[in-house]
Amino acid sequence: MSVPRWSAGLRRLAAPAEERSRRQAARPGDLAAARGLLDVGVGEVDTPIGRLLVAVTRRGLVRVAFSEEEPEAVVEELARRISPRVVRSARMSQARRELAEFLEGRRWRFELPVDPSLARGFARRVLAGAARIPYGRVRTYGELAAALGAPRAARAVGNALGANPMPIVIPCHRVVRAGREVGGYAGGPERKAWLLRLEGALR
Amino acid sequence: MGTRGGGTGLPPFEAFVERHRRTVYRFLLVAVGPGEADDVFQETFLAALRAYPRLRDAERLDRWILRIATRKAIDAHRSRRRRPLPAEDAAERADRAAEPIGSWDGDDPLWRAVRSLPPRQRAAVVHRLVLDRPYGQIAEALGSSEQAVRANVSQGVRRLRALLSEGVGR
Repeated sequence: MSVPRWSAGLRRLAAPAEERSRRQAARPGDLAAARGLLDVGVGEVDTPIGRLLVAVTRRGLVRVAFSEEEPEAVVEELARRISPRVVRSARMSQARRELAEFLEGRRWRFELPVDPSLARGFARRVLAGAARIPYGRVRTYGELAAALGAPRAARAVGNALGANPMPIVIPCHRVVRAGREVGGYAGGPERKAWLLRLEGALR
Repeated sequence: MGTRGGGTGLPPFEAFVERHRRTVYRFLLVAVGPGEADDVFQETFLAALRAYPRLRDAERLDRWILRIATRKAIDAHRSRRRRPLPAEDAAERADRAAEPIGSWDGDDPLWRAVRSLPPRQRAAVVHRLVLDRPYGQIAEALGSSEQAVRANVSQGVRRLRALLSEGVGR
């Protein structure tokens, strides 16, 4: 009996690895969370406006991405800017549930904690300002800028909202152009209009 | 938050697992067997996750994870009685126990022969004959010399040959 024959036999023993490891690879997220090793958990939720990628840190929700964004790129960015310990995890039930309820019209405000790590400085203030706009109401970019004490910064406000790391939850869709035109949106103007209609802010 | 990546150049852990899961699992399937491969796989990647943010070198991640897997495989062999992992509930475990193991089971004569090898010898044989790794890297994974690894592999092969020539006849 020759060695090459055995290695064939041994390789045969290893053959189920592809399928079994795929199943096992989904588990480290939950184990990691149980042992406090998880810095960023990512998961997905299917909603009426498409599949959303959701990421959560120990502090709270840190990122929501629409389906147009490449999931690998979003995960890369989280690894670079927050921690390389990014793992797929089922333990994001609150974020997923609240998003699903909101988009089905069964929820008017989010209760989940938010981690603003991905926004800094003025952008973070802008997002905090947007978060104070009530459900079903809108403000113009200029109005939000004025409310932040920077009445001439409407453009900077628009840029900050365009880079909102947590669309829907931080309701940048409630900020519209002067004259109440819907205006731009990272998720596309159709989604913005859909969200405003959901809230009864647009007919 | 005290967890800034700070440009380590490391891939997201998620991507790292996806990239290496199959190789690690192939190693474990033969080195610890199908019954324990799942648990040792989880322990391997949890140990990796724990150390991950402190890693300096984004290269050679393949060698690094196989070194951990090798250590875990040898430890698994030492402590036969494994504790269940906390996030796996009884139903999941039962489900896993009931599933067919694939093209082989505990009665496979080849597996019986492999199982009779001492743990380091077994790990060395699997690195060499299943993963085709060079002796230098196997030595690194086992924390021993290349010479010792060559001896491990040839002894293991000789032993397997002796065991299997007694009536398996493939």
